[in-house]
Amino acid sequence: MKLKKFTFPYIIWLTIFIVIPLFLVLLYAFTIGDSKDISTFQFSLNNLERFFSSPVYIQVLLRSVRLAFISTVICLLIGYPIAYIISRENPKKRNTMILMFVIPMWMNFLLRTYAWLTLLGRNGIINIIITKLGFQQINFLYNDNAVLLGMVYNFLPFMVLPIFSILTKMNINLIEAAEDLGADKTTTFKKVIFPLSLPGVMTGVSMVFIPAVSTFIISSLLGGNKSSLIGNLIEQQFMYTGDWHFGSTMSIILMVFILISMAVTSRFDKQKEGEGGGLW
Amino acid sequence: MVDRIIKKLYTFTIFLFLYAPIIILIIFSFNNSKSRGTWDGFTLKWYVELFQDRQVLKAFYNTLLIAISSSIISTIIGTVAAIGIHYMNGFSKKAILNLNYLPVLNPDIVTAVSLMTLYRMLKIDFGLLTMLLSHITFCVPYVILSILPKLKQMNKHLPEAAMDLGATPMYALRKVVLPEIMPGIVTGALMAFTLSIDDFVISFFNTGHGVSNLSITIFSMARRGINPVINALSTLMFGAMMILLLIINKRTDKTIKERG
Repeated sequence: MKLKKFTFPYIIWLTIFIVIPLFLVLLYAFTIGDSKDISTFQFSLNNLERFFSSPVYIQVLLRSVRLAFISTVICLLIGYPIAYIISRENPKKRNTMILMFVIPMWMNFLLRTYAWLTLLGRNGIINIIITKLGFQQINFLYNDNAVLLGMVYNFLPFMVLPIFSILTKMNINLIEAAEDLGADKTTTFKKVIFPLSLPGVMTGVSMVFIPAVSTFIISSLLGGNKSSLIGNLIEQQFMYTGDWHFGSTMSIILMVFILISMAVTSRFDKQKEGEGGGLW
Repeated sequence: MVDRIIKKLYTFTIFLFLYAPIIILIIFSFNNSKSRGTWDGFTLKWYVELFQDRQVLKAFYNTLLIAISSSIISTIIGTVAAIGIHYMNGFSKKAILNLNYLPVLNPDIVTAVSLMTLYRMLKIDFGLLTMLLSHITFCVPYVILSILPKLKQMNKHLPEAAMDLGATPMYALRKVVLPEIMPGIVTGALMAFTLSIDDFVISFFNTGHGVSNLSITIFSMARRGINPVINALSTLMFGAMMILLLIINKRTDKTIKERG
């Protein structure tokens, strides 16, 4: 059977819609000229220089990385225990509970993020409760914490699902063996369960970190005007300013940053193998 | 005992966190006042207005149209490609799989702007077509990734046996391989549909004048305050999904029981 040939249409598709576009972004990133006319393009490192010589842009980049990092850590800290609790339930209950992590995604995520405005606003529900209890009104919105909350809220399922799936697949005999050999619960968790679940943790970390570091919606809905992230800068260049060259430069910088952080995390993940390994 | 109570409380808090915004949205779709802060009595008027709101209905129509067509097309492309990839080996297989991972691992915004530059270079007008092509592009990898494990699990002697018994390769593929990998195809199609219907970033960058889907409409409304009509529509969509889920659940329960 020459079933290999079945890949041809997709290879063509991949080339046109994945490979060429990425090269175009690379081309835009290192050129200047009229972005509508390729014949005016000239090689230049101006955009790169413009980015790295401006403290404002660097600050925005560092802030995106910092917020994404913090939200990934929070997702891991609250996501791991819940994944663990659910994985110890009986199969029927377990499936229902994990499905409950997927169901919220059926409501438009912009709308769900927007609903936090109703909950956290100056006259929002949480503030009403706080003032009824006799405390001072709290200003939740339009700061970094609100952005963090939005990130954790939107991406928590991406952390829980891979950890859950690796915990349920884990060989129960290993845990029992550890207990039979005299390990207490904490030791079993530290020496057996957690190390075995690391591949799931790593998947979760990248599935939270990548969308968090590149988002521009959460910051523009909950963060107000002051809290731009790198995603907002890219959006502005492409949609309003019209400087596609500079926008592309920032996209490439973002990609390189993600590649570096993924390379760092994958060093912890020695057990990862199989399909698609190698490059990532 | 205390342990169990803590676990229950923790689980409850997490689910409260996940569902609070959704409950708020549903409640406020019945709110008489237009502002999102204040409750002003029960009403169904937003549901009535929804069916007269051309802009929102059009956006809903576009969302569904794109989601249905992109999930069908990407499922077909993905299934064919997955079968091909399964029978490849060596370097070319690795290369394709890595390329296939690019849209999965790349941030949405980078995929979105890269497609945007492509359409501008090819001088394609931005609109429904560019949106559809972009959605197919980011859905196919997920379809392939959900089918490949099923192909791996399949007994590789099955299609060989069929052909030994006189089936042509195409017939073996249709009657033996396809049914074997069907669960993967269904998962892939559902995933593509969900990704497409919930997408904002890819659509936002690759749409043209006047063509908008629900996410884009919501985003453009966000500054002025979202029309409660959107809440009503989302509540209906959410309800429809829940009913669908319950039906599927009942059915699988039934088949499990029938099989004993």
